[in-house]
Amino acid sequence: MKIAVCVKEVPDPGPNRRIDPGTKRMDRSGDRSLNQYDLHAVEQALRLKEAEGDGEVVLISMGTSRALDSIRKGLGMGADRAVLVSDDAAAGSDLVATATVLAAALQAESPDLVLFGQQATDGDGAVLWAAVADKLRMPVVSQISELEVGGGQATAKRQTEFGYDTIRAPLPAVLAVADSLNEPRYPSLKGIMGAKKKPQEVKSLADVGVDAGDAGEAGSRTTVIGLYPPPSRGETIKIEDDGSGAQKIFDFLLERKLV
Amino acid sequence: MSTLVFLEHHGSSIQRGALGVLAKAAQLDPDVAGVLIGSGVREIAADAGRFGAKKVFVADDPALDAPLPQPRVDVLGKLVQDQGFDTVLFGASVLAADVAGGLAARLGAGLNWDLSDLEVGDGGLVGKRSALGDTVLADVGWSADPKLGLIRAGSFDPAETGGEAAVEEIGVELEDFSSKAEMVEQAHAEQVGPSIEEADILVTGGRGLGSPENFSILEELASVLGGAVASTRAVVDSGWYPYPTQVGQTGKVVSPKLYLGAGVSGAIQHKVGMQTSQTIVAINKDPNAPIFEFSDMGIVGDLNEIVPKLTELVKERKA
Repeated sequence: MKIAVCVKEVPDPGPNRRIDPGTKRMDRSGDRSLNQYDLHAVEQALRLKEAEGDGEVVLISMGTSRALDSIRKGLGMGADRAVLVSDDAAAGSDLVATATVLAAALQAESPDLVLFGQQATDGDGAVLWAAVADKLRMPVVSQISELEVGGGQATAKRQTEFGYDTIRAPLPAVLAVADSLNEPRYPSLKGIMGAKKKPQEVKSLADVGVDAGDAGEAGSRTTVIGLYPPPSRGETIKIEDDGSGAQKIFDFLLERKLV
Repeated sequence: MSTLVFLEHHGSSIQRGALGVLAKAAQLDPDVAGVLIGSGVREIAADAGRFGAKKVFVADDPALDAPLPQPRVDVLGKLVQDQGFDTVLFGASVLAADVAGGLAARLGAGLNWDLSDLEVGDGGLVGKRSALGDTVLADVGWSADPKLGLIRAGSFDPAETGGEAAVEEIGVELEDFSSKAEMVEQAHAEQVGPSIEEADILVTGGRGLGSPENFSILEELASVLGGAVASTRAVVDSGWYPYPTQVGQTGKVVSPKLYLGAGVSGAIQHKVGMQTSQTIVAINKDPNAPIFEFSDMGIVGDLNEIVPKLTELVKERKA
């Protein structure tokens, strides 16, 4: 079984992340790492391959040319090779443009299974798999917290606002996994050393057959108009409980007509 | 502006989040239409009129019974093209996100997500969203039609305006790949009170509760307040409370009228899921807990004493 895992390099979570006010794009010049949610998808792909005793795990990504530094973590965990689509004309891609590029890169691989993590920590998006599945004309299941793959199909349990759904889909399929599905392994020292020697292909838009007008800002349909600091929440009251804490909360709720 | 709102339903009612989006859309576009996609949904179509829809398109087919996204993309894609809608809005949910993402690809359309407000400026529709752990706010737009938007849960109140909607049935043609995924089972968790994204009042328990048994005192308080109980990542990871109740970056984003945190430290991963709550009250024995920085009212104290007392006070008031 050939499993493709879509991964993304993101700015490290924390206070140093910023959106460049000039380009209104994510500033990707600082410390970067592989999107933590993608590690769960890589882990699941490795487990499926190990359970089957055969197969290939390919990491697929779009990003700056330096993104391989982060993607190598997935190779260190055990993925077999990586394909990075990197092209100046792909910078600033929104959802549709990104889906177009990734779908083209995936099509070239003809995987049996396409895995995604549950969201990206930079854009907070959690929709890309659905767009890619539509482009690939494959069934999609998202937010998967339990997964069985075998006999040419995937059976997935996933959480919604109402409880748990169990959904079955024939392969090839696009599956997005929740971070509750597994605990990603740490790359071993041997894995990290070996990762550098694994195949890492950097492709241009032309290599994957995408017209420059369908990627980057030219292929995007959303815009960022302006950026602002968030408003402060205003007054906060902090009181040490002297036995009247419950009463104080109650009075406060009454005042705000919440009881 | 010609706007379509995706009216997600569950059982025989339209979701509150979708009705909120509909009510907001009706302010921006008096001729807003809604679309209901499912099986046996004709009867509830007229309800949308009371929340501002002038028209409701109904795709009613047994093949649309299960809440799966791809058949809904087929129906929406054709409807948007046939009717020429320039804006399609969704109240965020697991289903709606997958439908919106698929529709964006199908129509080659722009999708903005996490929107907490919408306005129409000189340049057309503008969405408001926060980004990077709510450390920055952004005005976002669209450079082409149709414009797709996913609205953060709890952003708009479903205000009844009492109108009536014309109902029009539409045909259903599904793509071959759209019916490949099938629902095997829907094991719906028993929901005690409203689900946390729909509740006006949330009582949230964190690691400071000390033990899973202590959730019972929060359940009692939530019950007398008419709210629901929510939890944090730490508590869910420890197996103290079920994942559907988890608020935060990896859980649900909530915006209740009242968020009351008991033993919740207010780590950033949790904060991003609840900081748009209208009123935040915190009880924590650690005076340095970050939650006090963004609480309207904070009590440094023992939740085991304060919470039961508060429950009694509310009970007395209601009696």
